[in-house]
Amino acid sequence: MLLVIDVKALLENIKAAPYEEIVVAAPHTGTVTFAGIETGAHVTGITGAFGEKPGTLLAKLTRENNDKPLFANAKGVVGVVHRELEGRFVEAGTPLVVIRHYLSKDEVIANILQKVLYLFCAPERAKYYFIPSIDKKVKASGPRSVTVKPGLELFIVSRMKREKPLLYEGPEGIIYAVYFQHDQNVDQGAPLVGVCPADQTDLIQDVVNRVRTDWEEKE
Amino acid sequence: MEIEKRVVELTDRLNYIKDIFGGRENANIALMQARLAEFSSREAAAAPGEKAQMVRQIEDLFAFLENKLDSELVPMDMVRIVRHPARVSLKDILENVYDNYTEIGGQDEYSIDPSMLIARAYITRRQGDRVVNQPVMVIGQEKGHGQEFRNGGSVKPWGNAKALQYMKVAETERIPIHTYVFTPGAFPVEDYPGAAQQIARNLYEMGGLRVPVVSVISEGGSGGAEAIGLSDVRMMLSRGYYSVISPEGAAAIESGIRQGQRVVPELIAECAKRLNITAADNLRMGYVDKVLEEPALGARPHHYDFFKTLRQEVIQATDQVFLGISGFKLFRALVASRRKSGDSESMFVRWTLDDAAADRLVWKRYCKYRRMAETAYRDGRPSGERIASRAKSVLWSGYSFIRYDFLRKHTKNLAKAAGDLEAELRLVAHKLMAPLRKTRDKNAPVVCDPAKSRMLTELSQPEQGACLEEFGWSYVSPKAAEDRAVTCPGAKTYGCPDLWAPDLYGDFAGVCVNCGHHFPMEYQWVMGNVFDPGSIVDYDADIEAGNPLDYPGFEEKLEAAKKKTGLKSGCVSIDAKIEGIKLVSTVLYSAFRGGSVGAAEGEKFIRALARARRRHYPFLAYVHGTAGIRIQESLNGLIQMPRVTLAVRRYIEAGGLYVVLYDTNSYAGPVASFLGCSPYQFAVRSSNIGFAGPGVIRETTGVDIPPDYHQAHNALARGHIQGIWDRREIRKNLKQVLLTIGGRNLYYR
Repeated sequence: MLLVIDVKALLENIKAAPYEEIVVAAPHTGTVTFAGIETGAHVTGITGAFGEKPGTLLAKLTRENNDKPLFANAKGVVGVVHRELEGRFVEAGTPLVVIRHYLSKDEVIANILQKVLYLFCAPERAKYYFIPSIDKKVKASGPRSVTVKPGLELFIVSRMKREKPLLYEGPEGIIYAVYFQHDQNVDQGAPLVGVCPADQTDLIQDVVNRVRTDWEEKE
Repeated sequence: MEIEKRVVELTDRLNYIKDIFGGRENANIALMQARLAEFSSREAAAAPGEKAQMVRQIEDLFAFLENKLDSELVPMDMVRIVRHPARVSLKDILENVYDNYTEIGGQDEYSIDPSMLIARAYITRRQGDRVVNQPVMVIGQEKGHGQEFRNGGSVKPWGNAKALQYMKVAETERIPIHTYVFTPGAFPVEDYPGAAQQIARNLYEMGGLRVPVVSVISEGGSGGAEAIGLSDVRMMLSRGYYSVISPEGAAAIESGIRQGQRVVPELIAECAKRLNITAADNLRMGYVDKVLEEPALGARPHHYDFFKTLRQEVIQATDQVFLGISGFKLFRALVASRRKSGDSESMFVRWTLDDAAADRLVWKRYCKYRRMAETAYRDGRPSGERIASRAKSVLWSGYSFIRYDFLRKHTKNLAKAAGDLEAELRLVAHKLMAPLRKTRDKNAPVVCDPAKSRMLTELSQPEQGACLEEFGWSYVSPKAAEDRAVTCPGAKTYGCPDLWAPDLYGDFAGVCVNCGHHFPMEYQWVMGNVFDPGSIVDYDADIEAGNPLDYPGFEEKLEAAKKKTGLKSGCVSIDAKIEGIKLVSTVLYSAFRGGSVGAAEGEKFIRALARARRRHYPFLAYVHGTAGIRIQESLNGLIQMPRVTLAVRRYIEAGGLYVVLYDTNSYAGPVASFLGCSPYQFAVRSSNIGFAGPGVIRETTGVDIPPDYHQAHNALARGHIQGIWDRREIRKNLKQVLLTIGGRNLYYR
């Protein structure tokens, strides 16, 4: 059964702390040398069309004369720098820097949806399709016109020309969001559809719309 | 109405001049502008007759000043002239120089590559009362006066492939080829057939084309120009440029700027000057045979006199090639050499050739390129040594003639006769023994030597050393002496542990034991561990890289490289053995100016190929790393592309086995010529192989490429190379290649 969540309260909570705190910890032992970063400094995460450009250099961790750079993996503002560790030998897992990553609109929406929707995930890596009757419905009137209940034959799993049906397991509700595309492989564990109780749809949509219009993205 | 038209024309002329002077302040241009402005202010009040008078005066002034400005052109202005949309293009030439033509395989943007234009054309000539249409294959880049789909004449690999296809067609049809070079450079994509590999293929095939090729260069941008530029007569338009790199590219390298930054225009202009890119420069250095004079400030489509001259010149050049190889010429060759420009109609030369003439043509082409750039390197050997080396070469040639051409032929015949005789005798004996065999008991147990049986049936015999592996490398990298750990770049993906440098660079030969990532190693590693110990003999070490253009600041850089490496050029020529198999090898290594190839490196390569040919040894080009052609040598470097490729062709045609092995990074010119033309190219896993680096690709094509774009595996997937080897197995694989590809004809095909 889906939890009935107060979506508005959820949004308020996110508004109160509109960022995620990312703790950058030492991946292994070593002597720490911080790069010239201070609290409040802006850092960038991994960029480039192929993720080939590393983020801002935060610190160097030296082990056996091997300087290993530590880069920021998300965009944000430096919250804390544990300067007291400068030049000291640290164990793996020691927090070195905290980055405040301010949430974007999409991230806030994803956050909310993750909490209020039931995500039905792919049991194996394959291509997924709705069964023809449901597919027709989705195409004609959108996914929210489909009500699902446990045991309903919902998908066709297609892998290397082998096809088999997949039954929906989970709480009853309507399909709020579809996360797969018919011609692309879905990894095992990746969500296929998000389901919510029929009476909550409008509320969720309302909150999503409010985020889209009102949310101010910070650097 | 007519006056308005003439004024518009004058305004266009002024705008053109402003464009090619690139916004430079010039009193003459200011004067032209002022006179034109004055005319427009007084135009309304003037009577028609007075207006015509004023326009005529301005036209005279323009003509006078254009000639004056023409003498003030600097090399960078030439670059702007050839890039200007108003510049003559190949279509204009086809329309005005040839009497008729049919474009092949393209109609504007509907073409496999609209920047490469191919046409069958003919030139009508008169012999007595008879009219003769002499057919030619015209191949060249089309800039299309700024048509966007022409890509500025930057040809994609498939465009060059099409050019090659029609060169072969011309060869089949035995008609001469006229090529027109109008390219800022080749389009740097790696997709099959590959920018570099296709240029290499073109060069290789053009080296052996059995029909005359005459080329005219307007914009000769590096590799793209070479793809159709290898020819018997090379002419250049007087306001054109022919260079190893664009002045912008040279300036970017010179100033060491990063991606996205702009170089100051003064430095670009300075680089254009330093690179010696103009027609006059190239004529002086001997890389073009003739300069065709253009009208003041460059030829444009309305310069009909220019087309007339061009027509005469290409006819004369083609005549000259045919006469040069023709068996029967008597006075015509003499007259042809003294003939004035524009006098092509006075004498008729039939454009046909027989097999013997084609042989002479190919040989002459080889000799022409062999003679180029001979003064662009330094030969530090004393004259005595030079004479001795030449005498030695002659002796080797004699020896190999006796051994391989004479003795081998006769022994082969003898062996063949003996083999046939033996087979006959065996057959007779077999028939004679038949009654005896019948009496033998078929069920008698087979007696076999127990030792032999064991050897044949057991999997391994440890006592014979089958299970013993040889440990340790003869050469150990100095990097192995450092006490530190090294992170494998595959650590994130494959979870590789840190590697201790003495292990990694010592025992593991620079290979991550977990994921197999190959760390780059110095070239000495292969020299020390692949060839048989003590088998390496170094030669031609005195051929020294020079600074033929006196490029400012380059002498110091060269000295620093020589000091750092202890060698005089970026190429090491050696004789060596691999498990007893003798071979000749050259090593291009990256420590010397990035492994760039200049006149010295090219010369060493050619000499090594000649050595391998004389001795009938296989040839291995080990490319530890090469960044391309050495830009500071400009054309002296660029010409090594066709020059060395011709030498490679000569070696392969003579029966040699030419193997290329890439390591670390190999890019640009060498890959697009004498390396890329090899049918057997292999790469160590650490290799990146390509035409242009990621920065250049981004700048030229505007597309971001993935970081592994040039990686050896992708080169293999695209069909550019024939295999990828583990560094630890180079020796084993090379031996395998020599035995399987070389086989019993290893030393002689």
